[in-house]
Amino acid sequence: MSEMVNLNEGQHGEKTKEVLLNLGPQHPSTHGVLRMLMQMDGEKISSMDVIIGYLHRGTEKLAESFTYTQIIPLTDRLDYLCQPSNNLAYVLTVEKLLNIEAPERAQYIRVMMAELSRISGHMLISGALPMDLGAMTTLLYAMRDREMIMDLMEMATGARMHSSYCRVGGVREDIPEGFTERVQEFCHIFRERMSDYEALVSGNRIFLKRTQGIGAISAEDAIDWGLSGPCLRASGVDWDMRRDNPYEIYDRLKFDVIVRENGDCYDRWKCRMEEMRVSVDIIEQCLAQMPTDGPTIIDNPLIAFPGDKQKVQSSMESLIQQFQLSAYGFKVPAGEAYVSIEAPKGELGFYILSDGSEKPFRVKIRAPSFVNLQVLEVLAKHTYLADVIAIIGSLDPVMKEVDK
Amino acid sequence: MSVERDSTSNVFFTNLDKVLNWGQRSALWPETFGIACCAIEMIATGCSRYDLDRFGVVFRPSPRQSDVMVIAGTVTKKFAPVVKLLYDQMPEPRWVIAMGSCAISGGVYNTYSVVQGSELLVPVDICVPGCPPRPDALIQGFLMLQEKIKNSPSNIIKARNIDTPPHAASGNVNPAAANRGSE
Amino acid sequence: MPDSTLLATLKTDYGKYIIDGTDTSDDFPCVEVEPHNIAAFCSELKHDTNLQFNFLSDICGIDYLPQIPRFVVVYHLYSITNKIRVRIKCKLAEDAEIPSVTSVWKTANWHEREAFDMYGIVFTEHPDLRRIYMWDEFEGYPQRKDFPLRGYCDEYNPFGDPPESRQEKEQDQGWSH
Repeated sequence: MSEMVNLNEGQHGEKTKEVLLNLGPQHPSTHGVLRMLMQMDGEKISSMDVIIGYLHRGTEKLAESFTYTQIIPLTDRLDYLCQPSNNLAYVLTVEKLLNIEAPERAQYIRVMMAELSRISGHMLISGALPMDLGAMTTLLYAMRDREMIMDLMEMATGARMHSSYCRVGGVREDIPEGFTERVQEFCHIFRERMSDYEALVSGNRIFLKRTQGIGAISAEDAIDWGLSGPCLRASGVDWDMRRDNPYEIYDRLKFDVIVRENGDCYDRWKCRMEEMRVSVDIIEQCLAQMPTDGPTIIDNPLIAFPGDKQKVQSSMESLIQQFQLSAYGFKVPAGEAYVSIEAPKGELGFYILSDGSEKPFRVKIRAPSFVNLQVLEVLAKHTYLADVIAIIGSLDPVMKEVDK
Repeated sequence: MSVERDSTSNVFFTNLDKVLNWGQRSALWPETFGIACCAIEMIATGCSRYDLDRFGVVFRPSPRQSDVMVIAGTVTKKFAPVVKLLYDQMPEPRWVIAMGSCAISGGVYNTYSVVQGSELLVPVDICVPGCPPRPDALIQGFLMLQEKIKNSPSNIIKARNIDTPPHAASGNVNPAAANRGSE
Repeated sequence: MPDSTLLATLKTDYGKYIIDGTDTSDDFPCVEVEPHNIAAFCSELKHDTNLQFNFLSDICGIDYLPQIPRFVVVYHLYSITNKIRVRIKCKLAEDAEIPSVTSVWKTANWHEREAFDMYGIVFTEHPDLRRIYMWDEFEGYPQRKDFPLRGYCDEYNPFGDPPESRQEKEQDQGWSH
């Protein structure tokens, strides 16, 4: 795009000059390193060029040189707000290639963690969107409650953010004692806090004016642009992979799929708010249904570490297996698999090609943020500059996932 | 109303360096400049629970108003010129905190598109290791930076001396940074 | 719709496009078509009132060096109404081109730009085919198998391959950016 200096004649004969405006890649409200070049006609945007790639680290290429277990930490760093979801999508794909399934208890734990992370991700963006529009308080509230989830993550996995909790065939270790009670307590507190948030923002006239009717997209266009997740459901498309193509134990759970109509910024925000409630429901059901005892990783010495760590110290075979798995990884039969899950941002898919060795031949990540962000240049056309901020916030791109 | 003046106990002697350093280290304003995952922990550090404000650390949205740059995330080759530009836009005295493995050394991402350490771009004063570092670690980093400023000659006086580059002064924690500053 | 029925339906209705004996994957139906047919095939799948593959999930490039043909472009389609998936593959020689499906789904735009950026696969009739992740001056296509993982040594990555090896490679394989 080159700078234009055409003089456009307005309604009343006034002449305005189109200017080229750069926003980002370092800007507090672009949610990372997103850059936009905008051709401005007064305060309105006549065309926009979205420039990404400022955080491209070559995850897919790097994954080709890693063993299947080593890739799990790389998936953490895709959508860094909801790590267990990313882990889940990846290990499900590898499990499909290996044709194995995790034990029941592990599946419940994974789903619970994924839903906790969904709340954590949605909470940050539901707090950040009003902040971008001037309501700083919501972010502070959101971060306060997000810390509760961080504590839960730390309790179960030992890390606040990059937990790498899922393993091929289960989870790394069982949840600690007292974890379920803490989660129950969290659900209880969070349910009450939800109404606080809504009271804080939903009735705020400035927030409503800045979001309602802004950046609207119709259902057909949304599908055409490949939107998924809350961005698609806000436009009225009733599609949720958790219900329609159930994975793990989602088919045993009862939950609503939040669908809104207008597809504008407000609906996308509202959709996320409602989904947090649904996630709390899911977590509570998981807690109620989860078997209290049982293995959390499959008993297959060729794929997984022994579930009982003591075995490594007492049995020679276990020690050798542990060493083999750590040093060389496990072999995956040749083939290909594409598995996608309903990640907080949308359809997160992994397409893995295996050539039968310990390392994948090709890993392709279908990142929901990458696809969702694409629609920005269409939504932003002919809107005011200030609305672009609202649209970015409501599309909820995580730049590490966009750039991979 | 008369105020009792006790001039004998309220006067103490110090040097200008110490006063200036005290002022500088008590109001470190970092840039709101998040790149990747570490930025989320940086936000968490600034928000409700960890509350960086109590150390006089207040985030500023513009490089022109800030004196600390927290490189919070992976610096890619495409982004490197931007980091350089932002650093150049900051008024002196300025400091850099490299937060997280990626900013320190490229971390796990030793690939075709990642800068292997922000050291190669800008002089780094403090490295905060972790992936991502916990908010406590970042606070520790800021405290260390304060300690470093405390023990160095005044940066304001130093900055006026054209012959001495800003990071070549004694008291630099990171010898590599000092070397780079004098290039 | 079970996968076997879907595959049978595809073979009967779209036999003119599908290359026989290529349905090898076991997770969901996978068909292979000639590159020049891809846009037409996708368009018909999208507007098929029975199948309704209205959602393009993903476009992915694969480099099979040293096999010939070298590249494979993989399309993952989904039908939101029927909740079924299909995978389409196109084998592509190194200097071949493939029609863009941006006219069928607008979302293909960035996916194809990514495949172009990473593999150098050229999509004809693409509205805006340029690099998306790497900067414009970048030489080479990083995800190709003959591109070193750590790139070529420069001021920012001292661990990369020596830059001299690049010219050798170009001479060896006629490889250029």
